[in-house]
Amino acid sequence: MPARAENSPVRPRSFQEVILRLQAYWASKGCAILQPYDMEVGAGTFHPATTLRSLGSQPWAAAYVQPSRRPTDGRYGENPNRLQHYYQYQVLIKPSPPDLQELYLGSLDAIGIDTSLHDIRFVEDDWESPTLGAWGLGWEVWCDGMEVSQFTYFQQVGGHDCKPVSGELTYGLERLAMYVLGIDHVMDMPFNDPQSPIPLTYGDIFRQTEQEYSRHNFDGATTEMLLRHFEDAEAECERLLAFNPQDPNSGKRIVMAHPAYDQCIKASHLFNLLDARGVISVTERQAYIGRVRALAKKCADAFVTTVAGGWTPESAAS
Amino acid sequence: MPDVLIELFSEEIPARMQTRAAEDLRKLVTEGLVEGGLSYAHARAFSTPRRLVLALEGLSAESPTLREDRKGPKVGAPQQALDGFLRSTGLTMEQLHVHEDKKGAFYVAHFQKPGRPAAEILAEVLEKTIRTFPWPKSMRWGSGSLRWVRPLQSIIALMVTEAGAEVVPLDIDGITAGNTTRGHRFMAPGSFTVSSFEDYAAKLKRAFVVLDAAERADMIEHEVKNRAFALGLDPIEDKGLLAEVAGLVEWPVVLVGEIGAQFLDLPPEVLQTSMREHQKFFSLKDAQGRIVRFVTVANRETADNGATILKGNQKVLTARLSDAKFFWENDLRVVRNEGLTGMAEGLANVTFHNKLGSQKARIDRIAALAREIAPLVGASPDLAEEAARVAKADLRSSMVGEFPELQGTMGVYYAKAAGLPEPVANACKAHYQPLGPSDEVPSEPVSVAVALADKIDTLTGFWAIDEKPTGSKDPFALRRAALGVIRLVLGNGIDVKWVGGFVLALRRCYADKLQQTLKSNKLIEAARLAELVGFAKENNDVSALKAETEKTIELLRSGAHDVPWQDWEIEIVADLLQFIRDRLRVYLKDQGIRDDAIEASASNTGHHDNFLKLSRLADALTAFLKTDDGENLLQGFKRANNILTQAEAKDGVEYSFGAEAKFAETDEERALFAALDTAEAQIAPAMAAEDFAAAMSAMAALRAPIDAFFTAVQINTDNQIVRRNRLNLLHRIRTTCAGVADLTKLEG
Repeated sequence: MPARAENSPVRPRSFQEVILRLQAYWASKGCAILQPYDMEVGAGTFHPATTLRSLGSQPWAAAYVQPSRRPTDGRYGENPNRLQHYYQYQVLIKPSPPDLQELYLGSLDAIGIDTSLHDIRFVEDDWESPTLGAWGLGWEVWCDGMEVSQFTYFQQVGGHDCKPVSGELTYGLERLAMYVLGIDHVMDMPFNDPQSPIPLTYGDIFRQTEQEYSRHNFDGATTEMLLRHFEDAEAECERLLAFNPQDPNSGKRIVMAHPAYDQCIKASHLFNLLDARGVISVTERQAYIGRVRALAKKCADAFVTTVAGGWTPESAAS
Repeated sequence: MPDVLIELFSEEIPARMQTRAAEDLRKLVTEGLVEGGLSYAHARAFSTPRRLVLALEGLSAESPTLREDRKGPKVGAPQQALDGFLRSTGLTMEQLHVHEDKKGAFYVAHFQKPGRPAAEILAEVLEKTIRTFPWPKSMRWGSGSLRWVRPLQSIIALMVTEAGAEVVPLDIDGITAGNTTRGHRFMAPGSFTVSSFEDYAAKLKRAFVVLDAAERADMIEHEVKNRAFALGLDPIEDKGLLAEVAGLVEWPVVLVGEIGAQFLDLPPEVLQTSMREHQKFFSLKDAQGRIVRFVTVANRETADNGATILKGNQKVLTARLSDAKFFWENDLRVVRNEGLTGMAEGLANVTFHNKLGSQKARIDRIAALAREIAPLVGASPDLAEEAARVAKADLRSSMVGEFPELQGTMGVYYAKAAGLPEPVANACKAHYQPLGPSDEVPSEPVSVAVALADKIDTLTGFWAIDEKPTGSKDPFALRRAALGVIRLVLGNGIDVKWVGGFVLALRRCYADKLQQTLKSNKLIEAARLAELVGFAKENNDVSALKAETEKTIELLRSGAHDVPWQDWEIEIVADLLQFIRDRLRVYLKDQGIRDDAIEASASNTGHHDNFLKLSRLADALTAFLKTDDGENLLQGFKRANNILTQAEAKDGVEYSFGAEAKFAETDEERALFAALDTAEAQIAPAMAAEDFAAAMSAMAALRAPIDAFFTAVQINTDNQIVRRNRLNLLHRIRTTCAGVADLTKLEG
């Protein structure tokens, strides 16, 4: 059983302290602490540090906070648990270490969940992302009957078998922090230390934006424009990937896997917005998901031909 | 005789897979050992969330030595052949033996296949078992290529003899078998060594692991009962949940918690479903049947006796039930303001099947059919139609959106809240029934009418679009629907010929199929179909074609009562009736009715589409065939039929012209004529009066005369007139019996 981080009070006092403790914990376990990806995504998995880096043979260990947007989950800031913009904490380690479960339990301890008093359970939950052409096996982790994390061993991403396999941990930060802090409504949660000169709650920061974005997602966003942008992103993604890898300016071999993947992320978010606007029928839905998946697969195909994706001139020759 | 202990220790195995996996482990290892020449006395398998365990007793210490002979060339064969044989066996001339058989002497090479120690065989079998284990889903982890349900962490492989315990040498992708394991993940995480199965089980228990899933389930069940009893409550039995929960814990600790008073007004089914599906809680009910407590099973003991765990669970439950309460109140508001029909409105936008249209279209069909069936089952047509129109409304409720398994159950609550009559409300749930072979069959007439209409529409619909079950594939549960029709008919004694009703149902389904084809802009295809059904005329003008097709759709939808049955309809319905009779055969077989009696009863009797009569006739026929008379009559009938069929084939004529008694030469012949006259005179009215027992005894009376006839009379004689007359007499046996059932369909 990992010892609790020294000098840390048993329970964090704020949302940000939960985040800071997770950052410190995973840093101490050797993860590179990355920053959020600077684009709109539906989940931490979309960050290229997970999607692309889980591909190929190169070892990897990263942890980061990722703001995540789910336009259809907007509730104008009134629902105690549901938000259209929320935070995920994401850890990806490749190859998955043999003690990943223990490492994970250590992180619960670090944020003040005393595993000698709580009932922690690993309950079967297989993960699948139709938009990323990805799946894995694992669990949802229960703490006293509440789901606090997703724990997944990636088997396939973008249609490629993951070799080696990455271990992925996803914490829904608001829900986890509300549990640790004993808060019933997300908007009441202290964001910074309640003893601060200027104490701020989650609601102080996000109630208004939840209202604005709920209105935007359900009524405001121009669907014709979204549809057009979806088409554009799709075309751009494919165009970028069609470039000759040999760059005439630098004389280097450069595959534009990441810029192309940005377009895939864009297409995915545009689809989510269109979905929230209610303009996508049940049958069209599948077709759109299929189009995004096709992009994700092409980006994955491209990434494994890059150095970060495990490509070497020798492997290319053989 | 060594004993064996195997433990495969992994990260948490999904609860639903554990029992099967333990059984697979036992099967694969013991079969492998037996194949390797070993025997064993006893094998037991166990599972916990983190381990699969096999305990073997009395394994043989080694496999027996075997001799294997390889046959070589004949003695005296060319030297070349002999040299080749020596080369391939690696032996010398002196080491060969000479054997002899009918063809002469030949060389034989004797090989000894020495016995092998059990440990060696066990290691091979275990490795193969692990590498090819039949998990429903398996995965890789880390950098390895080994597959297991979740990462495999350690292996115990021990052979225990009087001399002590020895580890079976085995290494699978870097996991080396040993004699250590670990206890409960949180309560005793340290590792320890074990020396036998007894030692293993005892040490596990001290390390807070109950090895046997059945024992864990018993502990939970017992403790839940005790705790409920102490509170004056009753647990709601849930075997599936019990098995699942037993697979989620190694050290079960039962905790009982309170349900907030604000939720006690929710229907008990809602409380129970929400608690079971989301939280895997058991429910405790009071004497009035209200669910007032929940039970959670934790995986550990704590210093605060579970207080923290219970508090957490209670909080999650409160959030869950708040959702359920919101759905409940929301749905009630909708039905009070707009009625169930208001709730059902959105069903026009829900696709039932893309070739058959929306749920709304389906409900329209069912409502029309239920109205037609109602008088046949003693229901009011108006109520049956009303019930059919609202029975699926709850599919649009928030509650059923969240808990699909509450469909029907919520419908009853909402129908009552909307002030609908009791029979209509009850049909909301009952029309789905019977859901399985052991589910209750509805008996309220309105429910029966809608339940039949629902199932017949399903069957004719999927027959109309040619989506019938094949082999083990039955994605639309059509076998279940057919069995439902059968149980409704038999359970309620519904004496109806179904062909006409099926044709009507089929026409309406076909109308919607055409409509869907038109909708997807396949006018030509739709027109071709319309033409095919025989109601539309060929036309080259597109708009005329469309009008013609639309006219056909309207006609079909109305039932086209005055249009005679078309060939295509009869063909589809006949195929469907055959499908239902096949289910009927399976169903009645379980009740002791002969497998072949249904088809024998369906032929020539006009009962092929009346499942009630069919089953009664098959029942009477089965009883008859069990008697001495029945058995012998069948033999006599078959003999007559065989002779007749052969003669007809040989002579190229049908001997169906009345036999005449005046050509009879013997008393036995004359007696048979008389017996047939009597039987015929009795069978026809008995069958018309559906007195199947009387028909059977009339047929039974034929046994003795037929037997006597065959004993005394040669059919083939030189006198062609007599021969023809006798063959025609045999034909009368055939037709007389056919008045009861087609005995040629019977075996034996």
